[in-house]
Amino acid sequence: MSVTISSTEPALTTRQLTLAYDRAIVIRDLDLVIPAGQITALVGPNGCGKSTLLRGLARLLKPLKGTVYLDSASIFRLSTKEVAKQLGILPQSPTAPEGLTVRELVAQGRYPHQSWLQQWSAEDDRFLEQALAITGMVELANRPLDTLSGGQRQRAWIAMTLAQNTPILLLDEPTTFLDLAHQIEILDLLYELNQTEGRTIVMVLHDLNQACRYADHLIAVKNGGVYAQGIPSNIMTEAMVQEVFGIESRIVHDPVTHTPMCIPISRKARLA
Amino acid sequence: MTKSWLVIRSQKSLFSIRLDRRVPWVMLTLAIAIAVVMILSIGYGEYPISPLDVVKTLLGIDTGTADHAFVIYVLRLPRAITALLVGTGLAVSGAILQGLTRNPLAAPEIIGVNAGASLVAVAMIVLLPSFPLVALPVAAFTGALVAALLIYLLAWDNGSAPIRLILVGVGVDALAGAFTSLMITFGNIYDVSQALVWLTGSVYGRNWEHIQALLPWLLVFLPLSFLLSRDLNTLALGDDIAKGLGSKVEWQRGWLLLTSVALAGATVATAGTIGFVGLMAPHLSRQLVGASHEGLLPVAALVGGLIVVLADLLGRSLFAPIELPCGVITAAVGAPYFLYLLYSNRNA
Repeated sequence: MSVTISSTEPALTTRQLTLAYDRAIVIRDLDLVIPAGQITALVGPNGCGKSTLLRGLARLLKPLKGTVYLDSASIFRLSTKEVAKQLGILPQSPTAPEGLTVRELVAQGRYPHQSWLQQWSAEDDRFLEQALAITGMVELANRPLDTLSGGQRQRAWIAMTLAQNTPILLLDEPTTFLDLAHQIEILDLLYELNQTEGRTIVMVLHDLNQACRYADHLIAVKNGGVYAQGIPSNIMTEAMVQEVFGIESRIVHDPVTHTPMCIPISRKARLA
Repeated sequence: MTKSWLVIRSQKSLFSIRLDRRVPWVMLTLAIAIAVVMILSIGYGEYPISPLDVVKTLLGIDTGTADHAFVIYVLRLPRAITALLVGTGLAVSGAILQGLTRNPLAAPEIIGVNAGASLVAVAMIVLLPSFPLVALPVAAFTGALVAALLIYLLAWDNGSAPIRLILVGVGVDALAGAFTSLMITFGNIYDVSQALVWLTGSVYGRNWEHIQALLPWLLVFLPLSFLLSRDLNTLALGDDIAKGLGSKVEWQRGWLLLTSVALAGATVATAGTIGFVGLMAPHLSRQLVGASHEGLLPVAALVGGLIVVLADLLGRSLFAPIELPCGVITAAVGAPYFLYLLYSNRNA
């Protein structure tokens, strides 16, 4: 239960954040700090509230109580457009209208930077091309989204959030439905963005080993609260996995990245 | 690198806009097609006028036949213009609804907005025979708005899922249709016959007065829809994405819904329910210029105009001297088209 934050300034802070769907409280009285310039991974079992927390951080869900601070200002006091210049969010499996091309989709990322008169500036063009290039979507730019594979489609959506050019990026399970090669590709891409541009990345991940590999800061969520947070090598313990996921496991040393690696033993403990 | 866009920017970078590269050409082609069909349509009839004489008369050049000016300006031109305007309004209304509901099957005639407009308009014709023509769009708009709100509220369950919106809409459509029938069954025979002609969806006998009543609505709400097209683009990506991009979702959806309802209501008040235009035109336009609404809305407007002008010409010429209302023609083409769309979207 140690709180270790190596970064000097927070990107996002929550105070007594309480989130609910239809009065069913999912997150209760949460005080949380998301370190700036780092990759933070949210892990936890299904229904623990990690996706809800991410939506709350991105002001997609109005809190029942408490608030989220972005640069010491409450996110609900800022205009939604101002927030959109600071913070980009990619929800889980979004869908685009039929026939929309990759280029058109990515261009939508520029929305918060535009106005009625200024609908497509030279700057918009630059960020669009950059986002396409970083994600390797230049060749596919004129293809409709519905003709692409799952991995390509996910890259197009990430490109859209990149075109938004925000210092903070929130992603909900960016690797779901992707095969292993594409999962690694997306995570590598996010890692590069963090390393080269210093962007703060917060993502919900299901795979514990990938979370340990890529995250600087790991947050284990259980029953709508934070069970543990800190650097993966500190909090990734057999006890934590047992408590949070309800399974027995061995934590070993990943020979490639030297991060912790979780080997589940069985689900018996949970069923019993 | 090949680009599919046309970007227009003022030199001092005060103004910029982006369109699909195909938009100007498609619009030019459509405009020419509309002009040709309108000229043919104006020339066609019991008293035929050659296309050349139509053009001459419209340009104010004397054709040597005194009747031409009367036939064209009083009888046929207003009818053709009405057809054009009505098609325009229905198409843009449908395009907005399809974007908002994220459903290619949404259209004002399918989700009951047109039926709501019809009901109130028929009620006015039957119950208040002295109701002024200019106020009919207002009445129809009210009906359309009530129907739209009813659908929205009934379909609301933690958000408005597209499929619920459509299903509830079909129900509201049937309900409004039933009340309209009731009105017709018990109304005064003379008023009812008036209402019936109007209900079939026809531009028969429309004059400049009708255009005067319709035009202000289009002049306000068409430009408004074009201004909101960027917001419609983001809403079409879903609420979460739109919010994340900094769109004021509820506010903008409200404006767009109002625009769509106003366009549908005003056109229904003018020409009754000309079915399936709001469904087909946006769909065909997406095939022509893609899914971005900056280009899609104006192109859909022209496609819709062309469909109704053409349907009116076909309705008069296919089984001449019997005249079919253009609503029958659009339904004959549109209903199978709807089934085709339903079929091709069955897995979506």
